[in-house]
Amino acid sequence: MSSETPLLQVKDLSKSFGGVMAVASVSFDLKRGELLGIIGPNGSGKTTLVNLITGFVKSDTGRILYEGRDITGWPPYKVVDLGIARTFQMVRPFYQLPAFKNLIVPLCSPRVKKLAGGRYGDRDAVALDLLEEVGFERDAFVSYKLAGALPQGYLKRLELAKSMALRPDLFILDELFSGLSLAEVAGIVPIIEKMRIQGKTIIMIEHRLKELFRIADRVMVLNYGVKIAEGQAQEVMEDEAVKKAYLGSEG
Amino acid sequence: MKKRKERIDRGIKARSEDVFALSSFREMLYLLAPRALPVLGLLVFAPLLGAYWREILMSTAIYALLAMSWDMLVSVGLISLGQSLFYGIGSYVAGSLNHYLSWPPILTIPAATVLGGLICTLFLLPVVRLRGIYFAMVTLVLPLMLLRLVEATRILGGTEGLTGLDPFPGQLTAWYVLQAAVLVTLFGFRRLMGSDYGLIIKGIDDSDRSVMSAGINIHWYKAQVLFLGASVGSFAGACGTHLDMFAGMPGFALDYSIMPIAAAVVGGAGTFAGPLLGAFILVPLSEILRALGALRIVFYGVFLVIFVVVLPEGIFHYCRRKYHQIERWVEVE
Amino acid sequence: MFLGTIVYGFINSAILALLSMGFNLTFGISGVANFAYGAVYIFSGFLAWILMHSWGVPYFISVLAAIFCSGCVGILMYYVVIIRVKGLSLSEVMATFGIGMAVMELFRYFDFVGFRYTLPVFVDGSLSFGEVYIDYQRVLIALIAVCLTGFIYVFTHHTRVGLAFRAIAQDERTALTFGIDSDRIGAFSMAFGSALAAVAAIVILPLGTIAVEGGYEVLINALAVCIVGGLGSTVGILVASVLIGYAQTFTANYLEPHWMILVSLIAIAVVLTVKPSGLFGRQKELEERI
Repeated sequence: MSSETPLLQVKDLSKSFGGVMAVASVSFDLKRGELLGIIGPNGSGKTTLVNLITGFVKSDTGRILYEGRDITGWPPYKVVDLGIARTFQMVRPFYQLPAFKNLIVPLCSPRVKKLAGGRYGDRDAVALDLLEEVGFERDAFVSYKLAGALPQGYLKRLELAKSMALRPDLFILDELFSGLSLAEVAGIVPIIEKMRIQGKTIIMIEHRLKELFRIADRVMVLNYGVKIAEGQAQEVMEDEAVKKAYLGSEG
Repeated sequence: MKKRKERIDRGIKARSEDVFALSSFREMLYLLAPRALPVLGLLVFAPLLGAYWREILMSTAIYALLAMSWDMLVSVGLISLGQSLFYGIGSYVAGSLNHYLSWPPILTIPAATVLGGLICTLFLLPVVRLRGIYFAMVTLVLPLMLLRLVEATRILGGTEGLTGLDPFPGQLTAWYVLQAAVLVTLFGFRRLMGSDYGLIIKGIDDSDRSVMSAGINIHWYKAQVLFLGASVGSFAGACGTHLDMFAGMPGFALDYSIMPIAAAVVGGAGTFAGPLLGAFILVPLSEILRALGALRIVFYGVFLVIFVVVLPEGIFHYCRRKYHQIERWVEVE
Repeated sequence: MFLGTIVYGFINSAILALLSMGFNLTFGISGVANFAYGAVYIFSGFLAWILMHSWGVPYFISVLAAIFCSGCVGILMYYVVIIRVKGLSLSEVMATFGIGMAVMELFRYFDFVGFRYTLPVFVDGSLSFGEVYIDYQRVLIALIAVCLTGFIYVFTHHTRVGLAFRAIAQDERTALTFGIDSDRIGAFSMAFGSALAAVAAIVILPLGTIAVEGGYEVLINALAVCIVGGLGSTVGILVASVLIGYAQTFTANYLEPHWMILVSLIAIAVVLTVKPSGLFGRQKELEERI
């Protein structure tokens, strides 16, 4: 495969829910190693777009190509198997399990087995290492605590660790920063930067524009399911349509 | 001066539920005793009972198997109201193999376990995809409809059923086969649910989309669990058939549905030991109450409601908590 | 023969629709699957019978009383049992299933078995359509089925309570923030569903005898229709009733009557393989809110 082929191509993707167009013929390309931010007001179809790409929702029309391969309509587990992992906006860990046991489920996936050459190794140890990587202090035994007892910041990081456990090539992070304090966001940003150094491709859906613009290569704006702008963060925010749609009174 | 009750966990648990730090034989015994109890009870002491009670304990074992099969399905979030489907299918498969092909019980029972499990899984596979009560509805309807189907089409012996099937070689053999099956199921399922596989199963029940986004095909796992549960149920049906030397419509009747469910709920779902305990309480109890006739089922119904509403954790969870905790009254200022 | 099949097929469909409407309505509004539905059905039948024969209450009053009492039983079930386990689908199913089982077997224990337990028909006599004879009771069943369907439609779409029902059905939490008391609506839904079961019992039971098995039969039929039509969808229930009703009647008339059960079984099997959530169902494969 030539290096020019985009990692992910989305072509004319549409989805409507009972007459409301959630996503209206959205197209974009994503190069390997890029960090694309998707922004837009509430209800602009960002999460639906993620659900479409990851197979949780079936699209009405349009195609999704991953590494040139048509993955439109694939079930989520197959999409993950290819190397696309996502996080959820509303965290739903397995509350009765200790945090590190939460990672066992993704570590049992066929993809991890394949990458490890047919063997899983000691999953508990891998899980603990992963959690340390996302900032669960090992000395304080945070990883052994029940997920139900963890504060939001840790749960978000747990969610991130769950996707990291799959060792994907493409991360789709759905509002990872929402509900976090500035300090907590500052704790997560280095993790994302480290992923980028490892050559991972990332799509971030965010409301926290300031934090996003610092790390994003490119930004795409959705409004009422329609892509209204795409480009460098600065250019995009200059765009009249974006100002009107997104910033409203401020613009 | 007020007092309050203090509950402290015994200090042998380390890190999590299933990892213990033991420092003496006493502590080891403390952990082993409850596990050895069913083994010793079923395999060593119970054969000393009279033939009548042994007979009852055998049907108890069948209900216990059905109850554990129910518990397995619940652990992945499938609520079955039709354990009699598994029992009936297993019973008819074993019965037909014996009746039409004259296979001996030693072959029909394993065959019925696998085939019955497969048939039930195929029947229920479409519903497994759905969340919520659809599974309960379909499992309730299917056995009752199959029962009427047998009645209407007169296949497989019709209302008469298949009679004169081969019995077990001897009562003691039957006894050991059944009790061994109960123990294997109990410890096997507990072991399975404690493993990483079990984590996935519980995860599916808890938050299916999380498991899905972890690259795991949840329908495939649900089908596996369904097969496991159905096989155990079919095994119970096959054994019951050879015990009664009869396979017929009663196999699909509600008795085989309500009793295991009541046993599982009363005993405490999600532990496999709970349903076993429940079956060993309810079945002998119902034998004592035999004189009451139809009123027995009323009792199961009432038991079921009371336990669901008042003590939803069940007897087993309650006992286990008491066993693992030290309780004492302490003064508070 | 053919005309007769058409007419009786319609009546059979009406019976199925009547039987399943209450179960479906309760689920559609409050998400509670009332597995005690069959028990409520025969309870109202027996109650009407007892009122009439043991106490000598006139027909109309005992019928109304039976419907009213069934509604009350629904409310009672909600406030005594269901409210404590609301939202835990396992417990809801177990609890209602247990209640239903206990009630039905209690009737069996008290020996309510036999041919003397029948309800009188509303009006005697019959009507003829060419060469098809049809008694008034069956006409009444068809009429009531049609009227109730219309009533439910108008009720849920054009009255305050009905709209609250639909709001709860769509999103309980949001409805709560609008000041809709979900417990009252839940109790109401149980009452409504149970009363519908009673109405069905009062008009359908005169065609046969009141029997404990009838309760199970009703539950099976209601569930079968709901599975085929799609739980929670009134349109689905109607379509499924017509489908199964006509298929059953045709089978009974042209093949053999006892093959009727095969029709429901095949219908369930086909629908489940093609569209597991039922013809008009919207049961989710995954939990809501992805």
